[in-house]
Amino acid sequence: MKERILQLTGIQAFLAPWISVIKGEEVQKNVQALLKSYIYPLLSILLFIGIWHAGATYLFNKEATAKIEKARTERGEAGALEMQNCIISGDVSCQPNTLPSPAKVWDAYLSLLADHKIISAKKDAFELKVAKTNEKRIAKGQDPITYTGRPSFVDQIKTSLKTVFAGFLLAAFIAIPIGIIIGLSTTLRTSFNWLIQILKPVSPVVWLLLVFMIVKTVMSDSDMDKSFMISFISVGLCSMWATLVNTSMGVSTVDKDFVNVAKVLKLSIGQNIFKVVLPSSLPMIFTGLRITLSVAWMVLIAIELLAQSPGLGSFVWEEFQNGASDSNAKIIVAMFVIGMIGFMLDRIMMVVQKMMSFNK
Amino acid sequence: MSVIAKDILQPEIIEDTRPDMLVCKDIAKIYPTPKGDYTVLSDLQLTIKKGEFISIIGHSGCGKSTLLTMIAGLNDISKGAVYVDGNEVRGAGPDRAVVFQSPSLFPWMTALQNVMIGVKQVFPHATKKQKQDICKYYLDKVGLGNDFNKRASELSQGMQQRVGIARGFALKPKVLLLDEPFGMLDSLTRGELQDVLLEVWQKEQITAIMVTHDVDESIFLADRVIMMTSGPYAKIGDELRIPFERPRNRVDILEHPDYYQYRGYLMDFLNH
Ligand SMILES: Nc1ncnc2c1ncn2[C@@H]1O[C@H](COP(=O)(O)OP(=O)(O)OP(=O)(O)O)[C@@H](O)[C@H]1O
Ligand SMILES: [Mg+2]
Repeated sequence: MKERILQLTGIQAFLAPWISVIKGEEVQKNVQALLKSYIYPLLSILLFIGIWHAGATYLFNKEATAKIEKARTERGEAGALEMQNCIISGDVSCQPNTLPSPAKVWDAYLSLLADHKIISAKKDAFELKVAKTNEKRIAKGQDPITYTGRPSFVDQIKTSLKTVFAGFLLAAFIAIPIGIIIGLSTTLRTSFNWLIQILKPVSPVVWLLLVFMIVKTVMSDSDMDKSFMISFISVGLCSMWATLVNTSMGVSTVDKDFVNVAKVLKLSIGQNIFKVVLPSSLPMIFTGLRITLSVAWMVLIAIELLAQSPGLGSFVWEEFQNGASDSNAKIIVAMFVIGMIGFMLDRIMMVVQKMMSFNK
Repeated sequence: MSVIAKDILQPEIIEDTRPDMLVCKDIAKIYPTPKGDYTVLSDLQLTIKKGEFISIIGHSGCGKSTLLTMIAGLNDISKGAVYVDGNEVRGAGPDRAVVFQSPSLFPWMTALQNVMIGVKQVFPHATKKQKQDICKYYLDKVGLGNDFNKRASELSQGMQQRVGIARGFALKPKVLLLDEPFGMLDSLTRGELQDVLLEVWQKEQITAIMVTHDVDESIFLADRVIMMTSGPYAKIGDELRIPFERPRNRVDILEHPDYYQYRGYLMDFLNH
């Protein structure tokens, strides 16, 4: 099992050349493989950072020149000199606001981590302090006191993951059963096809507004976390279409031979669905779920941003509006984190998907 | 090569006293196509005795598979009727087991489960142990005694078709229908599987109908070879009894003095 997972994730292929080179097998061939799988990607990363750095420097200089010129026209030569010195000194009040350089982004990353450490220390201390009170409150049937301070970057990531996971589950629970029912009946498929085709391309923003209208009314007197509800339901509705379409397709295109075998064996409808139709469409269903998860992650950021619900999306938006000197760098950090988490989620789904396919 | 007349080849006609197991009466198959109706089979008559092994040969596209799927109940009968053991056929059922050209095993199940799903349908009241024993008996008979728990997707084509044969016999059908079951196999595996099929059939004495393209295969396996005319409006053109003794052995059959005359007769039919 462990080996199979290593193989499916591609980790095995990733490590194999190292192991062979260390063991001294076919050195020349494996060194070439190493070049291909490590050195070239590494070079491309360096190239990327280099171009980024050059571009950021150019933009920085352009913005700086513009600032100095502006100071010159407003306050004369002295103002220009003052501005120039201010920029060189690195004072945050006068830094040009543009694309941050790689080094700045790295610093922002480190500062976000440090910030997280401070906040979690505070949180731990708080929880220790209120532990006794909370025990009493719970005993009395009251809600425990929770920490309501500013969430750290890592907390935002966790919130986003929670939301995307809830949305993904919602999508699966809606799309798979409907997909099966629609897939089983040609009549249903043709009668609902127009609806699916119309709803599928609707933008996440519109879903969000629709969900907002409904949730606002339905939950007007509930004290559940409304913004979380709104964002995860919207994510689910946006992302479920791939699974719905794939499931109904998989169910409706069961191999003709399998259908014939089921007829010869006179399987009941239930047996037919659970023993034949579902297993044979599992690969398609999981392909759909993989697309659903990646769509869910992609729309999540936009939806969080609009719904003002906590998470990476609102982190990005707050930083953008905040306009502090390292805000731009933090946004770029968030961009990379979003990308990498998306990549990881997709890899996980790929492994699951491959494990579900029986015809290799 | 001169072809010997049939009455010289098969002089004595002994009345077969076994009861009729399968009767096709005046059956026809008409496919509606965009260019109008296409009559594949018409006025086809066929009677098969209980315990008989029949092979059907004919040119590609003449309607052999159509005939077989009509008997299986997987294909509507346009005119006429098919009777199995005196009862008219309506829809498919496990009393007419089918071994398809592609093994058609459920790849997500093991060899045992693939046989078991059918056995459960046919023997719903048997204990779990009894059902397992039936499955294992037939899998053992087709030479898969050590592969009960292998996934069907991990088996070779030949092994998969062995499971297909085991599944067919395990249903204890009245009629076993085989549509070119060895067509996708290499000649060595094909020979092995012919032996396996004959061996199990010999024990079970199930009425069997096998469509094949291979004249040698049809002679080796069958009591009677049915020759279909080319379509459209195909029907039974001729038939040839193969009186070789059973149990049969490939080498003995090939060395039989009459073998090439039977073969020649069939080839002659196909070439005209
Ligand atoms: N669903 C269908 N609609 C229209 N025509 C069909 C259909 N199925 C089969 N036919 C036609 O019926 C004829 C007989 O087909 P069938 O598959 O029974 O031939 P066959 O004898 O089994 O051929 P082969 O030896 O190649 O398997 C063919 O001409 C085919 O084109
Ligand atoms: Mg055919």
